[in-house]
Amino acid sequence: MSKVMKSLVMGTALTCATVAHAVELEVTHWWTSGGEAVAVTKFADAWNATGNTWVDGAIAGSGGTARPIIISRILGGDPMAATQLNHGRQAEELIEAGMMLDLTDVAEAGGWRDIVNPPALLDSCTLDGRIYCVPVNIHSGQWMWLSHAAYEKAGVPVPADWNEFVATAPELQAAGILPLAMGQQGWQQNLAFGAITIAVAGLDAWREVTVNKNAEVAAGPEYTAVFQAVADARELARGSNVQDWNQATNMVITGTAGAQLMGDWAQGEFAVAEKVEGQDYSCLPGLGLNAILDTGGDAFYFPVNDDPEITAAQKELAALLISPEVQVSFNLAKGSLPVRGDIDMSAANGCMQKGLGILADGGVLPSGDQSLSADTQTQIEDLMAQFWSGDMPAAEAQAKYVDIIASAD
Amino acid sequence: MTVTSDPASRVAKRPNRLFKNLMAKLASIPMILTALVVFVGGTTWTIVYSFTGSRMLPKTNWVGLDQYERLWSSDRWIISIKNLGIYGSFSMILTLVLGFCLAACLDRKIRFESAFRTIFLYPFALSFVVTGLAWQWILNPEFGVQSVVRGWGWETFTFNPLNDPDTVIFGILIAGLWQGTGLIMCIMLAGLRGIDEDIWKAAKVDGIGTIKTYVVVIIPMMRPVFITSLVLIAAGIIKLYDLVVAQTGGGPGLASEVPAKYVIEYMFRAQNLGQGFAASTMMLCSVVIILIPWAYLEFGGRKRG
Repeated sequence: MSKVMKSLVMGTALTCATVAHAVELEVTHWWTSGGEAVAVTKFADAWNATGNTWVDGAIAGSGGTARPIIISRILGGDPMAATQLNHGRQAEELIEAGMMLDLTDVAEAGGWRDIVNPPALLDSCTLDGRIYCVPVNIHSGQWMWLSHAAYEKAGVPVPADWNEFVATAPELQAAGILPLAMGQQGWQQNLAFGAITIAVAGLDAWREVTVNKNAEVAAGPEYTAVFQAVADARELARGSNVQDWNQATNMVITGTAGAQLMGDWAQGEFAVAEKVEGQDYSCLPGLGLNAILDTGGDAFYFPVNDDPEITAAQKELAALLISPEVQVSFNLAKGSLPVRGDIDMSAANGCMQKGLGILADGGVLPSGDQSLSADTQTQIEDLMAQFWSGDMPAAEAQAKYVDIIASAD
Repeated sequence: MTVTSDPASRVAKRPNRLFKNLMAKLASIPMILTALVVFVGGTTWTIVYSFTGSRMLPKTNWVGLDQYERLWSSDRWIISIKNLGIYGSFSMILTLVLGFCLAACLDRKIRFESAFRTIFLYPFALSFVVTGLAWQWILNPEFGVQSVVRGWGWETFTFNPLNDPDTVIFGILIAGLWQGTGLIMCIMLAGLRGIDEDIWKAAKVDGIGTIKTYVVVIIPMMRPVFITSLVLIAAGIIKLYDLVVAQTGGGPGLASEVPAKYVIEYMFRAQNLGQGFAASTMMLCSVVIILIPWAYLEFGGRKRG
């Protein structure tokens, strides 16, 4: 009898131990579109394979909807175990307030400093020498997507850079095709502005303005040329009344518009429509002028938790997200570039290979998220929304832009 | 609406009014506390922090009137205020006029009155988000009103308010009116039903026409009903937000931005609490500027009289 009792007790103790080991971690993110959801399951499967449980906390809507929810949960004392955010300055104050888990020991053990490429990604996870987030992918905004069908109809060859695109625009218009598809939302117009800036003004002027907040350069001749180019682009996009970016991408896919300026995530739309790169559409990183990409993207943060068991599991998850196998499977599904250069991405398509090549050559710059605060970003987006939708002269827009840069922090 | 107590209680023998209706006063303590803490406390806190440079988290680094200076030099805020002014004045007048006219028509003892009442009130059962989305489609030139009329043969007919920065606020106004008029109509109808039949008979005996009776006799008698409607409409105007978000998202450009949207976006998207607080304080000020003279006229005047 006592033997039975003993084994029962043993059994219970064992069950307890295994239950205690399998930690449930709630992970919040805003990856809810088709391709994105597939990518998340790569993370979840890898985590579940370690014997733990991934509790998916997807928040519908874009980052703009999800971020306030995530931040107010952390502030309100109901933190999730891990959450997606765009690395950069969005979580700066939460880190300063001591609400994010310090991952420095995990990073040192995994040698992140050596493997993360470009190193700027890790820098934007770093505050006062401590590391607080795991970068998981790289998304860049400096891409132009061109419709082969539209150019065939107009009878002109597909342009190889922005200048050729502007030169051939009248032929497109004559054929009844809108040269430039543009969603009427501030962030898209700001993205186009950023892409044109790097193509027209070059890297030095851009860095001086965006990173060093030099208002004099923003008022200078390089930026006058930028605003002139954006004003031209505005005329090429007249009549584009769509709102969402994927509707604008769809105009390129169907050939009703010649081109779109959009980030590399547009690739997913072409893939869903079963279009082939180089045959149905082309992509030009850096608008074909400056082969430079920014390195925005997503990162995971781990809010501080009282439970030591969860803290240990958080660190385990952090190490897992950046491990080579998970990086490959996740980024292939997401269509984004991996954060480490030492893994095999030969399964990627032509556009991704172009991006990987640029990354390997070091043609990178920090994203707007990494250099400008959310406040300044919003002000610039407001200005762009106003500029693209109306008839504001280029000089006036530049003056307003200079004011924003001068008061940026 | 009268808050003055009747003369009988003033001459009552027991002077200690604190303990009168003790149970009622005890019962209302939670509500009083809520009002003090949530409304007064929250408002004070917001106003105080609007003088700080708070970003994502509230901090007490005082910056004086900087947030207000930035607010009033921001194009977006100025556009928002103008839009609210246009939407507010049109919405106030049109809702009252349309609501009253519809109610008066239903009050003429027409057939199928309850059916019409349901039809007119039905939009009110829909949320602003649904209303906004539905009207976004109705006003869309590709498959809305414009394409329908063009389908009838008027090939050059153009009706595209939402994509023109000059007219977009009227596109929102149409949706707002469609949604809100039904409720005001019902309130007005209730008011009209409260008017004694004898008034109508007396007016008929005196040979006053129907429309003149409405304007000269009935409307002045419905003053409390109009006040209620006014307050309801005004509250709806100030908090205008979800309709804009659903219908235009503030676009094209910034052409249909409204103050409430500015507050939300600067507090959460731009992570600049100080700026959002300054904007919401200005919204409060505008309400107070309208409310205080009105409350003075409404309540202050009667006490003296």
